[in-house]
Parts: sequence; C-alpha cells; structure tokens
Amino acid sequence: MMEWLGLVSASTYAKDIDFVFDLILWITMSWLLLAEAVFFYLILRFRKKAGVPGQYITGELKSEKRWITIPHFAVLLFDIAILFFAVKVWYNVKQNLPDAPDRQTVRVVAQQWAWTFVHAGPDGKLDTPDDIIKVNEMHVEVDKLYHFQLESKDVIHSFSVPVFRLKQDIIPGRVITGWFTPIKTGSFDIQCTEICGIGHALMPGRITIETPEQHAAWVAENSTLAVASATVR
Amino acid sequence: MSASPIATTRTAAGMPTGRLAVWWVIASEIVIFGGLLGSYIMFRLSHDAFAAQAAHTNTWIGAVNTLVLLTSSLFAVLGHKAADAGDGPKAARLLYLTAGGGLLFASIKFLYEWPHEIHEGFTISSGTFWSFYYTAAGIHAAHVIAGVVIMLIIAPRAKRNLDLHRVELIGLYWHFVDVVWIFLFPLLYIAK
Amino acid sequence: MATAPASHSDSHGHAHHAPGFVEKYFWSTDHKMIAMQYLFTGMAMGLVGGFFAYTFRMQIAFPGVDVPGFGVVSPNEYNHLITNHGAIMIFWVAMPVLIAAFGNYLIPLMIGCDDMVFPKLNRLSYQIFLLSALILIGSFYVPGGGFAGAWTMYPPLSAKPEYGLTPLGSTLFIVAVALEFVAFLMGGINFVTTAMNSRAPGMRMYDIPVVVWMIVVASILFMASVGPLIAGAIMLLFDQNLGTAFFNPDKGGDPVLWQHLFWFFGHPEVYVVLLPAVGIVAEIITVMSRKKLFAYRTVLYTTFGTGVLSFMVWAHHQFIAGIDPRMANIFTITTLLISIPIAEMMFVYIATLYGGSITLNTPMLWALSFIAEFLIGGVTGIFLGASGTDIYLHDTYFVLAHFHYTFFPIAIIGTFAGLSFWFPKMFGRMMNDTLGKIHFWGTILPFNCIFIPLFVLGAAGEHRRIFDYSLFPELARPELRHLDQFATVALLIMLSFQLVFFYNLVTSLLWGPKAEKNPWQSNTLEWTADSPPPHGNWPVLPTVYRGPYEYSTPGRDQDFWPQNVP
Repeated sequence: MMEWLGLVSASTYAKDIDFVFDLILWITMSWLLLAEAVFFYLILRFRKKAGVPGQYITGELKSEKRWITIPHFAVLLFDIAILFFAVKVWYNVKQNLPDAPDRQTVRVVAQQWAWTFVHAGPDGKLDTPDDIIKVNEMHVEVDKLYHFQLESKDVIHSFSVPVFRLKQDIIPGRVITGWFTPIKTGSFDIQCTEICGIGHALMPGRITIETPEQHAAWVAENSTLAVASATVR
Repeated sequence: MSASPIATTRTAAGMPTGRLAVWWVIASEIVIFGGLLGSYIMFRLSHDAFAAQAAHTNTWIGAVNTLVLLTSSLFAVLGHKAADAGDGPKAARLLYLTAGGGLLFASIKFLYEWPHEIHEGFTISSGTFWSFYYTAAGIHAAHVIAGVVIMLIIAPRAKRNLDLHRVELIGLYWHFVDVVWIFLFPLLYIAK
Repeated sequence: MATAPASHSDSHGHAHHAPGFVEKYFWSTDHKMIAMQYLFTGMAMGLVGGFFAYTFRMQIAFPGVDVPGFGVVSPNEYNHLITNHGAIMIFWVAMPVLIAAFGNYLIPLMIGCDDMVFPKLNRLSYQIFLLSALILIGSFYVPGGGFAGAWTMYPPLSAKPEYGLTPLGSTLFIVAVALEFVAFLMGGINFVTTAMNSRAPGMRMYDIPVVVWMIVVASILFMASVGPLIAGAIMLLFDQNLGTAFFNPDKGGDPVLWQHLFWFFGHPEVYVVLLPAVGIVAEIITVMSRKKLFAYRTVLYTTFGTGVLSFMVWAHHQFIAGIDPRMANIFTITTLLISIPIAEMMFVYIATLYGGSITLNTPMLWALSFIAEFLIGGVTGIFLGASGTDIYLHDTYFVLAHFHYTFFPIAIIGTFAGLSFWFPKMFGRMMNDTLGKIHFWGTILPFNCIFIPLFVLGAAGEHRRIFDYSLFPELARPELRHLDQFATVALLIMLSFQLVFFYNLVTSLLWGPKAEKNPWQSNTLEWTADSPPPHGNWPVLPTVYRGPYEYSTPGRDQDFWPQNVP
C-alpha cells in the first residue's frame, strides 16, 4: 500500500514491513467488510414490520453460542498468523544487530532543534579528528550496512526515515543503536517523530544515499573541512 | 439534608456501606503506593549508586518509629473492641491514644530525623534515592496526619456513643497506613 | 424480601423543605442534579476541545492562515492546542459525561434506590472535578502560557522548564489532571458501593442492567490503574518544582519510567471510557429491537476478561520508545489477543439484532453507528499492535485516525446515544426525532470524511504534532496537502451540524412535547419513575422480579416485561 501511495522503499527491510502491513490490510478489511455486511443486512432484514414481533433468543444455547465462538476462533487464528510475520520483522529490525565497521557507523545527535550527524572521515574510524560532522544532513553509501547511534542532548526525540520505514525514539542519558542497509540512491526526509518542544516541526533532516563513487567524493570533499573544523572545535 | 438516603442502609453485598467504601479507598491507596514503591525498587535494582545513598538513613530512628506505629495500631484494635462492646468513652480514649502515636511518629520524623538529614546535606534534590526517600516517606506521613485528623473528628462523637461504627472504619484505614510503613521501613532503612 | 420502605420524607428527622435556587442547582446532593452538573460541565469543555480542533486543523490545512475566531497559530500555540484538545476530550469530556453523568444519573434509578450511598461525597467529587477544570482553563492564561508537551506529558520536556518553556503552565496542567483523578476516585466510591449494596430487593447480580455493570467495572479499572500515575504525577510535579531526580537523566533519573507509569494507566483508561459507552449501546439496542441481549453472561465475562487483559498490554505504546526490544514481543502478543474479547462484544451486539423488530429512531441510529464505526477503530488497532508494522506507523496520523475511530464512537456517539435515549426521563420532554436524524447524518458522514484521509496520510508517512509540513518535501506534495484540506473542510461541516443538536436541545427543553414515564416501552427500573423523577426517585422504592432484557417473551400480550412487574 505504501508504494501505491508513492512512498519509495529504500531499505532492505522496507518491503518486509510493507508486506506485513498489506497482510494485515487484507485480513482486517475482509473481516471488516464481512462484519459490516452482516450488520447492515440484519438491520434491514429485521426492521419493524406490523404484526411481526421480535424473537426470543437468549444466546445461551450451544447452537446459538456457536455463532459467536466460531468467529472467535477464526479471529484468533488470523491473529496468530499476523503475529508470526510481525514478530519476524520486529526481530530482524530491532533485536538483530548485524556487524558493521566504523566507516559505516553514523552518530546521530538530536537536540532542540537540529540534528548533528557524525560520520567517520577518510580514516574510516569514528571519534577521530577527521570525522565529518554535518548539521541536518546524513550521507550514506547504497547497499552498505550501517549502524546508527542515537543520542540526545536534552529531551526525547525520535529518528525517523520514512523511506526506510525506520523509527527509533532517542532517550537522553542513553545511546541507542540500530541498523539499516539503503538500497536506493537519492535524497529523502528525516523526521523527528517525538514532540520535543516549540521547534519540533522545525528540525527536518535529509538523508542522501550515494553511489560508492559519489560517497567517496563527498568524503574527500568534506574531509579537509573536517580536519580544519576539528582544530577549531 | 442531613439524613442518609435509604440507599446507604442497604447491604445487598453483605457488607455495611461504610466498610465497603473504606476498603475501596484502601485499594486505591495500595495502587498509588504500589506504583511509587515499584518504581523505587526498579531504580534500586538497576543503580548501585542508589543503594549506596541508602546507607545514610538512620535505622534506629526508623525502628523507633516502627514501634510507635505498631503500638498505635494496637490501641486502634482495642478501640474497635470497645466500640463493638458499646463502650463509647473507652473507644474514644483509645482513639486519642492512637492519634497520639501518629503525632509522635510525625514529630520524630519532622522535628528530628529530617532536619538532621537535611543538615547533613541530604535534601530532596540530592539524587534519586533521596528523591524517593522524602517523597515516599512524606506521602506516607501525610496519610498519617490525615488519619490523626479524622480520628480527632470521630473520637468526640464516639465518646457520646454516636457513630461507633466509625471507630472500626478509621481503624481499618490506620492499619493500612501501618502496612505501608512495614514496606517502607525495610526498603528505606534496612536494605543497605 | 422486605417490603419497600415508606415515603422518603418519613425517614428524615426534620421537615422536608423546598430548596432555594442556589441550593437546588449548585449545592445539591441529589444524584440526578450532580449528574446534570457533570453533563453540562463536560459538554462545555467539549466545546473548548472542539474549538481547539477547529483551530489546529485550520492551521494544518492552510498553514499560516489567520484562523477566524483565533488568529494566526504560532508553533507553541499549535502544540498547546493539540495538547489540551487531547487532555480535555479524555479527562474533561469523555470521563465526566460517560461515567460521572450517566453513572450518577442511572445507577440509583436502574437499581431501584433513592440516591447514591454517600451524597455529600458525591457533591464533593463534582466540586473537585470543577476545580480541576478551572485550573486547566486557568493554565492557558498564566505567564509562559499553558502546557504544550502533548497530553502524554513525557519528561524531560515536561519536567524541565528550560525545555518546555511553560514553567507555570506545566505545573498547573499536572495539578489539574491529578485533581481530576482524585474526583473520579471519590466518584468511584459511590458508583461501586451503591451498585453493589443498594440494589432493590430481588435484584440479583445477573439482573443488573449491563450499563450499570459497565460503569462499575470501569470504576474498578480506573481505580486499579490510576494509582501508579498519581505517584508518577507527584514525582513529575517534584521534578518540575523541587529539583528531584525521578525522570531527569542528568541526575540519574529515567525518562522512560514516566512512560511506563503513564501507559500502565493509559491503556486501561481507554477501556474505562469504552465500557460505559458499550453499556449505553446495549441498553438502546435491546429496547429498540425488542430483543433479549444475546448471551448476557458472556457479555459480563468478556467484560471482566477485557478488564484484566487491559493491564497487560500497555507497552504497545512504547514499542520503539527505548524499551528492551525483547519486551515488545510479549506486548504484541497480549495486544493482539485483547482484540478477541472486544470482537466478541461486537459480535454479541450484532447477534442481538437477529430476529429483532427494529425501530430506527435517533437513539437507535446512534447506537448502531457506534458498532459500525468502532469496528473500524478496532481493526485498525491491529496494524499498531503488531510490533513490526508499528515501527513505521508509530507517531503518524495512522495512530491518530485509529484512536479517533475508537474515541469518537465512545465519547461523541456514546454521549449522543445516551442523551437522546434518556432525555425524556431526565427532562420530562421528548426531543424532536427529525432534527435528531439530521444531526446524526450531519455528524456521522463528515466524521468518516475527516478520518479516513488521515489513515491514508499516516500510511504515507505524515507524522504527528507538526504545525506545518512545508519543510518536509515528501509530505508537502499537493496530493497529501489536499487530503488534509479535505479532512479540515469535513470537520467544519461536522461542527456546523452540531448547531442542529443545540437548537434541538434548547427547544425541546423549553417546548418539547411532555414525556410519559416510559416512552420507549423499556423494562428497566428508571422508566417506572416520573419523567423527571422527584427527589428520592419514587414514593415507594420498587422490588425486582427478573432480569432487564425480557423482551418479546413468548406467552405474553406485551412485548416487554418490566423488572418491577411480578
């Protein structure tokens, strides 16, 4: 459904999340239509007619209860099916943390009201003088597995990249790590999705997913600046 | 309209309305204190520094206050017995003794224990342990004082053999206040 | 069984005097008057909450517009409007109207006694409630402005003045909420004690009308869940004002602790408001279809089961909040499981319609629409309860559309259903049914036009609590902006149709045809009292002989059999 709405799928797990969404959509819409159809049918069929009294049905007889218990179990079965796929996706995105080297680790520091992204510089290591620090811009290379490390300087923020279908709240006092692998190049929205004060809507970010050549060029271009700004920092 | 409606006198659930109501109040208080103490326990288990601060509470004063509160509960029980037997004046005397115990508890805490701790630099903003300590013990003490006030309202009427059933009700509440302290004491004073 | 006691006035030790205007309308201990106080205060707060919705929807649809009746909406004002819209609708509209107004009005009447068990405590609970409402409104006008950190009040934003920029407003907000909790704890004492103890002779547990059961269970759920949040509110208040360290990470505190305390209450709370609404629907559909409630005992046990389960799902609000990801698996399972008893309740109501003789008047239209709309709310919850999809949908408009498809049926449809049904009893006059139907369609159709687009917008990535989407290229697309505008226009239409309701309300109160005792030919006890009932409700309190849903019983000339008729 998301692709139909025009949303790009730019991470390896975006399509998995979309799949679970579509699965739930089909199941719930079928149930909804069935229930509403029965509901409206009964209203129309049993409208008050002269001389036709209501029926005396207690709902306590087994034959009557069956009309409730059978749908009951059907709902349970569908719930279990949905759970299976949902937990699978959850495990992959949130519990799993495949390894990634430093050069594919970005520190994301959220504050009122901006994002600071710390990328490893040409030396491929984080927390060295040649780190590339950008405000509101994140640059990554396509088809590489990245870790992100989320920190907040003040209140709770949330790191959200809709094209990845990724979201993770950022709690001050902790470092929260996650992963993604981008699969499409381009420039996309980063949102803060936890109300963080007056500027909550005023801290959009951009993530730029680059080909290996583009990314190498970007690193090179920004590294001299990085060294210079590091000595000034 | 000073007379109660007929509704108050019915007992379809098999329990007088006053007692049912007090149990309801106690249940809601259990959830409030439960939330507070549950949070305290969670913090304590995950932060060693937290436990280190607990070493600075005065276990002896805590023990004395526990004794004071338990003794006052004894008076409350005896008061209930007297009320059941129809002896209003005796019930009132015992209620006054219970209230006295509550006041002694509060005095020891507010006039000696807390000033001492604050003087030593342990204030409510000194860290998470002390935040919990003053908040939990403070809310408990507020309930002690509320209980004392209610007793001072019930006792004069009891002395004239009026509304003797209320002696049992405030006794119930008082036992609850006691039980909360029985949880607070080990958590704040003994576990070091 | 004891015979019903003699006239109420005989049980007083003093002469029965007629109360003056002030005593009757502002100092009464009569449960019916207190119910009216809650009802009208709740409706007034509903106007405030509705006005806020109008204002912020205008801002979203037409960013920067000078909103008629308000002015230009600044970012902080926007956050303030959405914060208070949510808090008002839940705490100062849904709860007072559904629980306190209908509970106070119906419980003594439906169980056959003369008032609540503790009338003075009842009066005090309303006064504390009113105080909480006044403090909330007052918080809008203090220096720094009212609280603007969302109704969920997450710290550190809500705890540290330097972050939220509303120091006094934040404190007043939490004080108002805490007082509201105290008012409802006090109210609960009356609801539970009266329903359990003061039933008419002959009324066994299974003879109690469903709506009374629902309000009792709701009160118990409320009491059992609000405690930790009251503790949390005190902790937040101290963090705000005394420099304590409960939620402040700089001093060793944990912001996520607040979330647990909040949602441990927050989730049962939705059932606290759902149950009375569901109860109201049960009363109406049985009367209007002349049918026994299908499987009454199943309804009760399902309700108890839902109540218990509701305590085990809270962290589905926190899947991506920084909790241990393994915990999410437990909560996604419990959350999807709770869909089963709720679905069961809906199935039972639909089954009740089978074989009925259905009259489609205004109360019945509202009751039926509750089922139709709540089904949508229920199924869309699955997307959010499934942890895998919640990663994407959390904090988007999908969530908002889901909870409006549950809350709107609960608070708005439930209220209009109950009000149109019990209006004759409460005020002694009939409401105009044609105007009622116009109001109904003018509310329901626009309602769907508001919130279906929001599901689509949420799925497209539109996140919440944003006053202007122009900085987000993926969301600033014209197709999405048009959907937001469509929703806002639908809201304007829906709000206009509420004028029909107010016109109907006022003209019916003043000039409506006089109502008889039992215009709907219902079985329950309140319909045996005068319309409206006097102080004390009946000169002679009734005795009960059977359950409340003996409609169309074979072998009788009438298709109903009132509970008090042998």
